[in-house]
Parts: sequence; C-alpha cells; structure tokens
Amino acid sequence: MAPPRSIDGTLLKQGAEAHVYKSTFILPSVPCLIKVRPTKPYRHAILDTRLTKHRCVSEARLLNRCRSMGVLCPAVYFVDEKRGEIIMEWIEGPSVRDFLHDYVDVGCDFGNGGNNRGSNDEGIQLDPLMENIGKTIGKLHDIDIIHGDLTTSNLMLKNRENLAITSNSQEGSRLLTGIATSPSDFDVVLIDFGLGQVSNSDEDKAVDLYVLERAFLSTHPRATRLFNIILDSYKKNCLGSAVVLRRLQEVRLRGRKKSMVG
Amino acid sequence: MTIAIGLEGSANKLGVGIIRHTPSKPAEILSNIRHTFVSPPGEGFLPKDTAIHHRSWVVKLVKQALKESGVTVREVDCICYTKGPGMGAPLQSVAVAARTLALLWDKPLVGVNHCVGHIEMGREITGADNPVVLYVSGGNTQVIAYADQRYRIFGEALDIAIGNCLDRFARTLNISNDPAPGYNIEQMAKKGKHLIDIPYTVKGMDCSFSGILGFIDAYAGEMLSGVEKRDADSGELITPEDLCFSLQETAFAMLVEITERAMAHVGSTQVLIVGGVGCNERLQEMMGIMARDRGGSVYATDERFCIDNGIMIAHAGLLAFQTGFTTPIDESTCTQRFRTDEVFVKWRD
Repeated sequence: MAPPRSIDGTLLKQGAEAHVYKSTFILPSVPCLIKVRPTKPYRHAILDTRLTKHRCVSEARLLNRCRSMGVLCPAVYFVDEKRGEIIMEWIEGPSVRDFLHDYVDVGCDFGNGGNNRGSNDEGIQLDPLMENIGKTIGKLHDIDIIHGDLTTSNLMLKNRENLAITSNSQEGSRLLTGIATSPSDFDVVLIDFGLGQVSNSDEDKAVDLYVLERAFLSTHPRATRLFNIILDSYKKNCLGSAVVLRRLQEVRLRGRKKSMVG
Repeated sequence: MTIAIGLEGSANKLGVGIIRHTPSKPAEILSNIRHTFVSPPGEGFLPKDTAIHHRSWVVKLVKQALKESGVTVREVDCICYTKGPGMGAPLQSVAVAARTLALLWDKPLVGVNHCVGHIEMGREITGADNPVVLYVSGGNTQVIAYADQRYRIFGEALDIAIGNCLDRFARTLNISNDPAPGYNIEQMAKKGKHLIDIPYTVKGMDCSFSGILGFIDAYAGEMLSGVEKRDADSGELITPEDLCFSLQETAFAMLVEITERAMAHVGSTQVLIVGGVGCNERLQEMMGIMARDRGGSVYATDERFCIDNGIMIAHAGLLAFQTGFTTPIDESTCTQRFRTDEVFVKWRD
C-alpha cells in the first residue's frame, strides 16, 4: 500500500472506517470532499490492502453507476485505490436530518394536518420533500443498487438553483423564509455508498427501507405520517415496489435481526 | 449478604458456581467448577450425548461445589439456572436439576439468559463499567451495547457463529477437540505465515461466516486429497498451520471491524470481549490495537470466565434476584431462542 499522504483540507468526520475532509480540486474555487480509508494496523497488511482497494473501487463504481442512471449523488473526480482515497464533488446543503431538526426547532407542526404550517406562518410544505425522497430511493432500487445505510444523515438537499441552503439551527427561521422557499425546489442527493452493493433482492431493498424508517422515527416520534408519504411515493415511482413493500412488513415484524438460535 | 448457586449447561460444558454478594464490595467467587463433554476428533457434540453427560455429572458437581465453597445449603438464597439460549436437550437436563434442587431445598429459582450471564461476569471481573461488548462463542456472535435497561444488539453474525465456524473447520482438519478445537487452532495458527485469500463478509455492523467456512473447508479438502497448494509470492507449500492462521486473521479482522463500528456509533472507547472465543489471545491483541487507536482499551477475561461456567449464571441470577426477580416453578422452562435484548436489566441505571 502506498504511504499515506497528508491531506490538504479540513477534517470533517472521523468514522470507524473512513476519514472525510473538505478540500479543493485543482482550482481553489472548486470545493471537493476527500474520503480516505486509513490503514488498520490491527489487521494483516495483505488483507488490509485488499479490503481498502476493493471498498474504494466499489464505492466509486456505485457512485458512477447511480449518476449515469440519473440518481443524484456526488460526482467522482478522482480515485486513488492504492491510498484508499476518493475525491468527489462537494454537495453544498443540509442533510435531511439537519433540515428536519431545524424545522422542528422553529416550532412547526411536524406530523399532523395537511399543510404542515403550524405555528410558523412562513412554514413550508414538507410533503413534496418526502415525495422527492421516495422517488429517489425508488429510482435507486430500480437500478438494483442497495444503499446499505439509508439514514437521514445520508440524504442531502441541494437547491436546484445551486443556491446555498442554510442549515444552522439558530437561523432556522431564515431557513424557512429565506433563500429556498419550498422543499419542492430541492434535489435529494444520496451520499456515502460505503456499505452499498448491487443487488436485485427484495429482502435487501426492504431492509434498506426499514433502516430509513427507523432513522426517521428516531428523528421525531410524529414522523410516521411523513414516512408514509415516502412509502407512497416509492410505491408510485419504483417498478418492483409492491413486492418490496410486502417484504418490508415481514422485516418490520422480525426487526432487522433474526431470532437467535443457541 | 446473599449467596447464589448457578447451574450452566447450554452447550457441552456443565458448570456449577457459587457466588456471594455483599453490598459495596466486589462479588466473591466461592467455587467455580466445570466438566466438559469432549467428542472425538472429527466429530461435534450431539445434543443427546451432551444431555446424558450433564445428567450424569450434575449431582457430583453440585456436591463438589458446595464442599469447596464451605457454604451450607441453608445459607444459599437462590438457585440460578440457564434458561437459554442453547441446545435444547442439555438445557432441559440442567433445568430439571435446578428445579429438583429448588424443591428439595425449598429455595427460589432464577432463570438466567446465558448471554447476559457472560456480560455481567465480564463487567464484574474486569471492572469495565459501560463497554461495548463483543460476545463470541460457539453459538453466538454479537456486538452489544447497553442502553435504557437493555443490552442491545448492534451487530451480529447473520448465519453461523464464529465459534461454530472454527469448530467445524477443526473437524475438517481432524484437529483434536481436547481441550477445545478453538484452542488447538490458535496454537497451530502461531506457526502459520502465509495468508490465503478468504472471503471477507461484513455488512455494516453484521457479518457472516458460512461463506468463509465453505471456502476454507473446500480448500482444506483439496489439500487433504493431495492437491499441492502454493503461496503466490514465495512459492512455498501451504500448510494446515497457514490455513488456521488465515482463518483467524480474516475472521477476527471482521469481528474487530464490526466492534469498531459499534464503538464509533455509541461513542464508547471501552470494549469487553466475552464468550469462549474471547480466550483467543490473537483476537484480544487485535482488539487491543484497535481500541488503543481510538484512545481506549480492551477488557478480557481468562478461560475460567470466558468459557461457559456456572459462576456467571449465579452472578447474573443474583443481580436479578436482588431486584426481586424470581422464576416460579411452573414457569421454569428453558428455551433454545432467547435474545439478549429480551431481558429487562433492572439492576443497572
């Protein structure tokens, strides 16, 4: 494995598997994200090299496949599989998680009623956003890609006009009144395909949805209604949705986990 | 001050332990003895034979444990037994023995979850207060963290347990089951040096071992039938020792990876390894390197507590008993399926 180089950028996140930096690509005006899988000294060097290379390449392939099939995700700029690095497009915008968090923080009626306006007169409709999420996941599953870690943190919002959307919760009201006026103006961008795979199995797709459902319900207890909009939209926009949604019922009953034997 | 006797027999070990809890003092182990049913090389332990073993040894072990501990029957506060998970017939034998003792001595019964027994004993012995737990044995592979009165399973093996994978591989190579197949694999692995390419299956915080077993079994089968396998770089012959080494390096890397992911998820730096495979020093070493990188440390116990034993059942049972929990005789069943997260952990905050 090539020696690690020092990354010229700001460390954003240090997960169990990868470190994520913000930097620029070629021109100082082009922001990018660098995902690095560092060497794990606990495992055999040959195994470590093999895994790092494999994961790096497969993640980049999934990103390319998504993009070429019209599912929005960061564009891959450069892959250095020997160093375990992917340089990709910087997505400017809040995650759905932060967005919903802000939305709840400013006291909007989150789970009830048809128009979601609640106490804030400038409130915006969340329903189109949920429809958009359902559609995006439906498209992803139609091209047989399993995300593997569908949480609200891995769904990002990008304004169609390429305007920045603020995600600062202290400025929540600006978020609602300001630059972006309606979530229907946002594109939903999928990020982090580190646990992704290509599969046409209904079980894998159902588990993908189940993971998202759990993430949603833990974000806010009243989010059931919102998640149902996602499922409705998924049903309309994904060809194999009927079987997957039936499978989801089973997955819900047993949880993601099997019953334990011995 | 309370005293419990614990009976364990969910697999091929029959264990009897006696423990004493005194408020604000560490638990005292008054006795902890075990008898193992060892099957011949190339064979696993069958439920029927294992149950016969437990039935024929349980009286002897209980008597010996009482004698060693110097405790009289009158001083014992409760009888704890393994309710599950485990193999049906061995569990039943021990449950019958526990019920008999409870009626004979007129003591309350406490049914204990085997996995919770391992976790509580590990915490007591090592002093790790709130670790991520890797529970690895012949029947279980789980990454567990405590939250809201439950030991929650964050990740697990989706098919066979790591210990099962090692045991069955040992059978293919005709490695001895005495004292344990995993122990003998560990000794052979120390002499291995070539890493062969084995499937590596991690999905998030879950993993799978059946593909590994199938692969290495087929590989070993070819070797045993006389096909020469050579290392790609050095051209040297691959030995059974190399297979043990490769199996351990690959399977343990998977376990450390899912544990690390769970630690990052819950924000913990402590990791506790329990269960029979937890005795393996290479696994402990790898886990230690990972934990150190995260600014933490690994806690592990030795074979007295890692391998199935009666004392952990006595300990976890007594913790529950002190919160007022008992198992009435007509509910004193056992079950092969009993998930760790089904137990309401009343004794922790």
